[in-house]
Amino acid sequence: MIESAPTPYYLVLSAVLFSIGALGFCIRKNPLVMFMCVEIMLNAANLSFVAFARHLNVIDGQVIALFIMAIAAAEVVVGLGIIVAIFRLRDSIDVDEVNVLRG
Amino acid sequence: MSLSEVFFLIVAAIAIGSATLVITLPNTVHSALFLVATLFCVALMFLSMGAEFLAAVQILVYAGAIMILFLFVITLMNPQRPAGPDRLRSQVVWSCAFAVMLLLVLWISIQEGAMAALPIAPVSTTPLGLDALGIALFTTYVVPFEITSILLLVAMVGAVVLGRGRVQ
Amino acid sequence: MTTWVTLALALPLLGFLYCALFGWRVGRAASGVAASAAVGASFGAALAVAAGVSVLPESERFVTITIASWLTAGSFIAPIAFLVDPLSTVMLLVVTGVGSLIHVYATGYMRDHHGHLDLGYNRFFAFLNLFVFSMLVLVLANNFVLLMVGWGGVGVCSYFLIAFWFDKPENARAGSKAFIVNAIGDVGLLLACFLIFWTFRKVDFDGVFREVAAGQGSGAMTNIALLLLIAAAAKSAQFPLHVWLPDAMAGPTPVSALIHAATMVTAGVYLIARTHPIYEHAPLAMAAVASIGAVTAFFAATIALTQTNLKRVVAYSTLSQLGYMFVGVGVGAFGASIFHLMTHAFFKAVLFLGAGIVIHHLAGQEDMRQMGGLRSRLPVVYWCFAIAAAANAGFPLLSGFFSKDEIVSAAFLSPHGSAILGGSLLLTSALTGIYMFRAVSLTFHGTSNAHSHTGDHGVAGSMLWPVLLLTVLAVVGGFPYAQFGKFLHPSLTHWGGHPVEVANPVGSIAIASGIVSIAGIAVGLWLYAGDRAIPRRLGRSLGGLAETVRAGYYIDAFYGAVLLAPVRVIALISSGPVDNFLIGGFVSLFPAFARWMGSEFRHTFQTGYVRHYAAAIFAGAALIAIFFVYRIGI
Repeated sequence: MIESAPTPYYLVLSAVLFSIGALGFCIRKNPLVMFMCVEIMLNAANLSFVAFARHLNVIDGQVIALFIMAIAAAEVVVGLGIIVAIFRLRDSIDVDEVNVLRG
Repeated sequence: MSLSEVFFLIVAAIAIGSATLVITLPNTVHSALFLVATLFCVALMFLSMGAEFLAAVQILVYAGAIMILFLFVITLMNPQRPAGPDRLRSQVVWSCAFAVMLLLVLWISIQEGAMAALPIAPVSTTPLGLDALGIALFTTYVVPFEITSILLLVAMVGAVVLGRGRVQ
Repeated sequence: MTTWVTLALALPLLGFLYCALFGWRVGRAASGVAASAAVGASFGAALAVAAGVSVLPESERFVTITIASWLTAGSFIAPIAFLVDPLSTVMLLVVTGVGSLIHVYATGYMRDHHGHLDLGYNRFFAFLNLFVFSMLVLVLANNFVLLMVGWGGVGVCSYFLIAFWFDKPENARAGSKAFIVNAIGDVGLLLACFLIFWTFRKVDFDGVFREVAAGQGSGAMTNIALLLLIAAAAKSAQFPLHVWLPDAMAGPTPVSALIHAATMVTAGVYLIARTHPIYEHAPLAMAAVASIGAVTAFFAATIALTQTNLKRVVAYSTLSQLGYMFVGVGVGAFGASIFHLMTHAFFKAVLFLGAGIVIHHLAGQEDMRQMGGLRSRLPVVYWCFAIAAAANAGFPLLSGFFSKDEIVSAAFLSPHGSAILGGSLLLTSALTGIYMFRAVSLTFHGTSNAHSHTGDHGVAGSMLWPVLLLTVLAVVGGFPYAQFGKFLHPSLTHWGGHPVEVANPVGSIAIASGIVSIAGIAVGLWLYAGDRAIPRRLGRSLGGLAETVRAGYYIDAFYGAVLLAPVRVIALISSGPVDNFLIGGFVSLFPAFARWMGSEFRHTFQTGYVRHYAAAIFAGAALIAIFFVYRIGI
């Protein structure tokens, strides 16, 4: 049976994945790829929760992770709907073009 | 090094590698596919921690549903104009810096303090299983559960509204 | 006693408030009546005070009346309290008595020839009343701090009244000049007060003088006395701080009469007389006082010989007589100086008020070269003016004779005095007679150069009666010299003082001064009453010298070049480069900063790019994480 590695390992992985996701969000200008980076970040958080739940021997971490997944699903639906709505009217997929809030 | 650790390291390497490719590949479809790989690795992690239900749901919902949605939208969006040069090239440097900074901070916090303060449960304890999850979900967390269902409903309605386009 | 003193003080103050607040509403003529009535009633109260003081036994004629505790900080106690003693009683009577007569005169003067009131009628009387109030505070105060309040009050009222017709720039300038020169004196008084408190830890007269009598603070006496001298010299227009008084003639004539002859300028003399215990312990300072007085008396008399403006002649005459008073206190004859202060108030008021009638009659003409022959047109005024001029010159048996003679005798006989001092005073007396009757002749004798616009409807009663009353006082005011000295004596000895009291003023010195004054008057009349050929010849041959003297020995020009020019340069630099570039530049940094916030700063952070915002969030998260790591001490 495969047992879990020591908890810090999971936390470090979670941190790394989160950083990669955040970095990617800032670097890429395709809105869809940016959204994928958000998913990476969410997964990293999930990983962290479950790792702590495992470490403390409680179930709450898994419950929260479940909720996060459900919410992420809802978020993706709405978010992609918005992206489609915005970029349907334009010819390019460049999130920098959505700068109406420019001061 | 025990089997678990080896397993962990291999899966972690694949996860990190996939994530990096997600953010670096120019082709959007390629990015999406490597995201699926990353999600799959995370599911394996869940498995190794004893959260089998969560691993299953991860594959079903995330890799199965969400990524399909992503791929649909990618194919739907067909840019006619080639993407122009990135206006924010300089931001790459800054972002990397902050990423490194964040990583270091998290690393340090993980190494030094937080873990020492927490009581370490004996590893041999049977991990909590699906039944515990179910009970918690429908007793302690029943309110958030119901609210989440409403949230999903709202998301559905929202998607329909957004997808409608211009009202004729 | 308390009631009378309070009334005497409060009535002019109420008069001021009425004139200031309601005078322009109720009918402006009422202001004049109200103001005069207030001061007149104050004089009544003053008489009651005097009576009250007189019935007390001599050693007890020092009543302190406390109104409020005002300033109390540790050992620094300065209450609103008044000291009623012979000295302050005399000053009280002079101020309110002469003041009320001048108020009545002013109700007639401040009108044009059709009887229409001056536009600032109620403002005028408001300030006049405020002045009387301030002067009373000054003379009645029982501590240095309250005295300073009165000191400042009379200074500011003097400014208001000199610059009364402020639409003419030269009047405003004259007012400013008076105020600024007075400010120099204020500095002296302030420093003196500091030094007094530093030395004696008290500021009330009784306390301080007791300490002085007990021998305390010997090292500081001369310094205190010299500082007080600066204050007195500024207020009483002694050399070298005399320059404001001739210019102060820009104010209406009642102002010149009240403030610049009878009362305010005498505040310096009062101050020295009041602080006589300090001066008696500082012989060096007393010598300084006497010297300054003698110098001022002489050189003012010489300038008066050359002036063509009638009011200026009288102004320089005032300077000269104030010099006499300073000599008096400088040689220790405090009582004599106060006596001269009183008689001087009488005849100088007549001279100013009479001059005012002449000027009023001639519709504002003040140049004596345009006058003449008024003797037949204004006979009563002529006689009053002539009598007062004779009193000023010390004509025997008039009031001025007695008071001047006391001072001259003291100058010769006092241990602080000297023959030179006395001799210079006698010489000045001769000059006084000459220039006084030069003025009388030019104005009233001879043929008329005047172009009168008034016709001969006579002089208003309101103007004439005060002049007559004051003339009577100028004639008889000198006779009770012995009683006056006796009355004043306790004030000057209560704290162990040793005033110089010339035992017998009627002596050889008296005869000498009498002869000198008659001679001076005669020479003046001889030179100017006739065809004035000799003065014209003298004027031609001594042209340059006469010009220098007429210009006040160019002291004004000297001050202008040496003192004012650097200040003007500094002002120019300050208002120009410093204000515009340095301070303006600094201040404009703030709107510039706001502008920068709104544009450059804004453009940097509100780019509209989602990724910029994301990066900012990311950076913030990183920083917070760092913060927590270090905070929690991980």
